[in-house]
This record gives sequence, C-alpha cells and structure tokens, in this order.
Amino acid sequence: MKMVMPDVSDARELSTYPLELLEEMYRRMYLIREFESRANELFLRGLMPGTIHLSHGQEATPVGTCLALRDDDLITLTHRGHGQALAKGVPPETLMAELFGKATGCCGGRGGSLHVGDMAFGALPAIAVVGASAPIAAGLAFACKRRGSGRVVCNFFGEGAANKGELHEAMNLAAIWALPVIFVCENNLYAVSTHLSDAMLNDYVSERAAAYRIPGVTVGGNDPIEVYEAIAVAAKRARDGRGPTLVECLTYRHGGHKRDDAATYRPPEEVEAWLAQDPVPSFRQRLVDDARIGASELADLEDEIRAIVTTAVEFAQSSDFPPPESAFDNVYA
Amino acid sequence: MPDVAQDTLEPTAASDRNLTIVQAMREALVEEMRRDPDVFVVGEDVRIGGVFLLTLNLVDEFGAERVIDTPISEAGFTGLSVGAAIEGMRPVVDFQYGDFVFTAMDQLIQQASKLRYMSGGQVKVPLVIHLPTGASGRGAQHCNPIEGFCYPIPGIKLVTPSSPYDAKGLFKSAIRDDNVVLFCVHKHLYGSKGRPLAESSISREHVPAEEYTIPLGTAAVKRGGEHVTVVANMLMLHRTLNVAAQLEQEGVSVEVIDPRCLVPFDLETIVASVQKTGRLLIVEENHERGGWGAQLAADVSREAFGYIDEPIRRLATPDVPIPFSPPLEARLIPDEERIRAAVLAVARGE
Repeated sequence: MKMVMPDVSDARELSTYPLELLEEMYRRMYLIREFESRANELFLRGLMPGTIHLSHGQEATPVGTCLALRDDDLITLTHRGHGQALAKGVPPETLMAELFGKATGCCGGRGGSLHVGDMAFGALPAIAVVGASAPIAAGLAFACKRRGSGRVVCNFFGEGAANKGELHEAMNLAAIWALPVIFVCENNLYAVSTHLSDAMLNDYVSERAAAYRIPGVTVGGNDPIEVYEAIAVAAKRARDGRGPTLVECLTYRHGGHKRDDAATYRPPEEVEAWLAQDPVPSFRQRLVDDARIGASELADLEDEIRAIVTTAVEFAQSSDFPPPESAFDNVYA
Repeated sequence: MPDVAQDTLEPTAASDRNLTIVQAMREALVEEMRRDPDVFVVGEDVRIGGVFLLTLNLVDEFGAERVIDTPISEAGFTGLSVGAAIEGMRPVVDFQYGDFVFTAMDQLIQQASKLRYMSGGQVKVPLVIHLPTGASGRGAQHCNPIEGFCYPIPGIKLVTPSSPYDAKGLFKSAIRDDNVVLFCVHKHLYGSKGRPLAESSISREHVPAEEYTIPLGTAAVKRGGEHVTVVANMLMLHRTLNVAAQLEQEGVSVEVIDPRCLVPFDLETIVASVQKTGRLLIVEENHERGGWGAQLAADVSREAFGYIDEPIRRLATPDVPIPFSPPLEARLIPDEERIRAAVLAVARGE
C-alpha cells in the first residue's frame, strides 16, 4: 500500500480573499462538524434510529465546492452526505429531523441519513448506491443545458466509486455532450477498508479524466479555498458550455466507515498525519493568523452554531413521526 | 441499416389507416413531440429508427437534439434520463431489446422507481422506457419476457399493448404520465419492415387519425364469449384470439380479455367476466414461476370465489432459458395448440 499523506503546499494565503467568504467557509465547516458530532452522540446513545456515516475530517470539500456554486445550482449527494447537504444550505433542523425519521424531516422521514437532501436548496436527496448518482447528475445537467438556465450540477462521489461503470458511462456522456456537470471526487483514500492503491493502478482518480478528454485536477480537499478555486474554474467552464471537469479532493475520514468500523486497517502514522491537518481547527488557526477576525469573534460564532445545532436537535426530537398510513403516500405522482 | 423504403412515417393515403403497432406508436410519439417540446427520444441508433423502427424518420422533423443517439451505455442513458426527468423533461428511452435493461436495473429499480418516494414527494420522474420483449428466434439473451422481471417493482407502471389502436392511445398516455412507465411490446407484433408479424385479427387495425388516449390500467374485452374467460396479453393474446375463432366453430364460446396494463391492473373487468363464465385460463409468455398470472389467479380466487366452477389454470413458459433452435423455442413458448388444449381443459373441466 502506498501511503498518501496530506499535502498543504498549495494552501492559499487567506489575505487575498474577502473576509465574508472565509467566515462563511468556517461557519459551514464548523456547523457540519458540530452537527455530526451531536448526531453521532444521539445515535450512540440509541436515541436515533438507523445508521449514519460521518464525514468528520472531510468538511472542507463540500463547503469549498458549494460556496463556489450559485444557489440555483444542483448537487447530488453520497451516502456520507450530511456535510454536503449542510454545505448547500439544507437547514439543520429539517436535516436532523430526517435523521430521526420524523415527519418534519427534509424528506418527510422517508429517506433517513442515507438519503438526505432538499430540492428547495438544490440538493437532490442522496443516492446511496456508490456510483449510481453520476448518470443522474449528468441528466440534471442535460436538462439545465437544454433550458439554457446556466445552472451547473456537482456530482459528489467517493474514490470508491471511481471503478464503477456508471460513473464512467456518465463521464463519457457528459464529455461527448459537453454537459455542465462537475464530478467532485471526495477521495478519502479508503472504500470502507480497501485502500485506493489496492483498487487502481493510478495514483490519482483525476487521471481517469484523460480517458474522456475532459480536465482532471487533484487538489487538497482539506483546504476549502483550494477546493473553491478548482470548482470555480470548473463551474465557469461548465457555464460557458465547455463541458464537465473532474475535480479530485484529497481528504481523510477521521473515523471508520461507520459505527462498527474501528478503521484499524490504516497505518497509525498516516492517521496521525491527517489528523494533524484536521480542516476545521486548521482553518480556524489560519483565520486567527490572518488577524481580520478575532479569536473572541470566532468563539461567538462557534457558540451561535452550537445553539443552532441544539435547536435542531430539539426540533427533531419534539417532532412527530409520520402517521403509519402515510407509508402509502408518494408511490406515484 | 434497416431498409426504410416501405415503412414511411405517414400512411400513404388518408383512407389507409390500417396500421401496425410500430406505425401507431410512431404516430403517438410524433404527436406528443409536436405537442410538448420537453419530450425527447434517447437511445441507440434512434436516428435511423432504432431496432424496431419506432423512431424512423423522426430526426427529419425533430432534429438530432430531440432524437438523440447514444453510445452503447444503457445504465448511463437510463440514469441520464432519470435526471432529465427530475428537472422536468419527458424522456422516452428506446431500448434496442428489453433484455438490455438488465444492465440498467440499478437505475430503474433503485433510482427511477423510488426517488419520488424516498424524497418524500420532492421530485417527479416522468419517464417512458420502451422495451421490446419476448422470444423471437434470437436465442437466450434476446428473448426475455422483460415485463415479468419488472412486474414486481413498486412505483412503476407497466404497459403491455397488443394491438395498434391500443398501442397508440396507451403510448400517448404513458408519455403524458408523471411516473416511470415501462412500455413493453412483443418483438413479433411491431410489424416493422423486414420482421415477421404475428397474424391475427388485430395485427393491423384501423387507427383513427383523430386525437385519442387510453387511460393506463384499463383492460379490454377483445372477444365476447360465454363459456370460458381467457386472459392473455401481447403475442399470447393474438394466439388466443386465433384459437377462440376456431373454437367458436366448434361451439365453445371464449371470452378473451387483454389486461393491456400489468400495473396498474384492471381486476374488475376480469372478475366481472369470470362471474359470468365461471372459468378462467391465464396465458402469458412469462416464465411460470412468479408470473403476473400467478398474482391474477390469487386475486380472482379471492374476488370471485363463489363463481368459479373449475380450478383456475395458467399457461406460461416453463422455467428454463430460451434456446435458439426454432423447434426448441416453439416447445417452450405457449403456442396455439397448447392454448387450445388448455382452453378446452378449462371449458370441459378436464
């Protein structure tokens, strides 16, 4: 196994970016971290049904991506999608209620953690089958292009999807028809326990783009600004009618695939190196170093977000379950 | 390339309205594409008409932007159509052979059929998938009764027309429907140039030029009768009608019903017929295990129990793959001889 270590050599200087953008990046990353920490606690205490897949450590990728998009752009989400949903603007209350299977959830409790999303915020409820969202994202982009709306679609997928046929069929269709779709690979190095070097000869997923004659780039996925820059370029290209881009974001999940996975298959030095590049505290430190925002203001912001998450939990726990007879709703339009 | 000379877009004269299924469906598609700019066709080789010439000459009127050739990429273009449908377009996906939808089954079963449901009704997926079905002398991988494999999927509609008039009206309804509609047509019933067309009283029929639609989920009594009810669809319906015409001469009066749609299913029409005849035979090309006829038999047993004079019978394809050699295929797919024997067995209580 070839170890992939975090590379921060391309980390951007904050001073050239508007403070408003940087603050929003931190706000959304912190919200995702706090939201998932609370969800995990409720889940482990047995208060939340189902199963959850945490994105601790991967927050910068969806945040950098979604902040580079327009509000009316679309995203498709993965099974590890809480962060993607929050980054696109899905409210924490309805998202938390969905995790509890409540009627007030963003999908009325029909989806659960594996299928979160809200079309009102441009987030198609998540497709939890690895790789299966790629053709659908291409189709959303097909319609956006036909209607001349100038909207683009981001298809989030993990590097585990990189060897699925549907992803390749979708990349090819998007390439030949110049569809406004961005394939965003959250490469956290492991498909459950299988390291990417056991799954492909390529060093990078982005190499696959060459097969379809589309641009493919690899960026540091723990730096929201690196991601933001890459997505902004890809989005412009897509809006200009020049077709898709594959953007690979190197990142790392802090925990296992899910609760019962202790992730012991990962070398300790690799874990240690990536934990040292935890995107949330790293970005906080960079904000402090940038000195346009004070530590006390950041602390206030964090208090505010903790309160938002507390409100979301209370909303979710106090909401009703859907009536059992409503299990028959929405089978057909 | 198919020979297109004798299969033109429009009948040659206004009086020549005696159409085949493929001509009737093509008219439906043209009318719906003229009516709604969001309707488009996507699939392999659709610019030259597709395998059964459904889309013949459509590119001349609608252009390559709405008659879209794809790579051989079934999961890709099925999923792409799901996405386009979510964003409000109305794709008609043309499969060369329904058999190839197996490579797109995740997109059909896990995505198309349930995205509306699992999103809590946030999205609609108005999508038609055209699937040529059934055995037609092409061996084991181009013969699947695809309607049988799709029948149990919750959240889809499943249409199996047997006659040109029905095919046109149902196809128009399918394109206007806001759900995933699988539109299965038997390979021996299209009447496309160069392909065998099963002969029966409804292989070609008058199709009015005037606009009409047929609601999904309505059965049709194709032949009235008194002694026994036979429910059959697609190729089996044609064979049953031929058998019923013979048996009429022999004093056996057979009521023949075409369900036309498997989902939603018009049980009432069939129950009413069985209440009259007291006898029911179900003929389907599906493999016998788990065919729609098994569900129908259970439903009729429940709804018409007091009226049934003889055990309900089923005639279906045995549970083996379909071989190429013509006499072997013919041994497995229910033919007129076996349908006749089954009708007589039910009618006479043998």
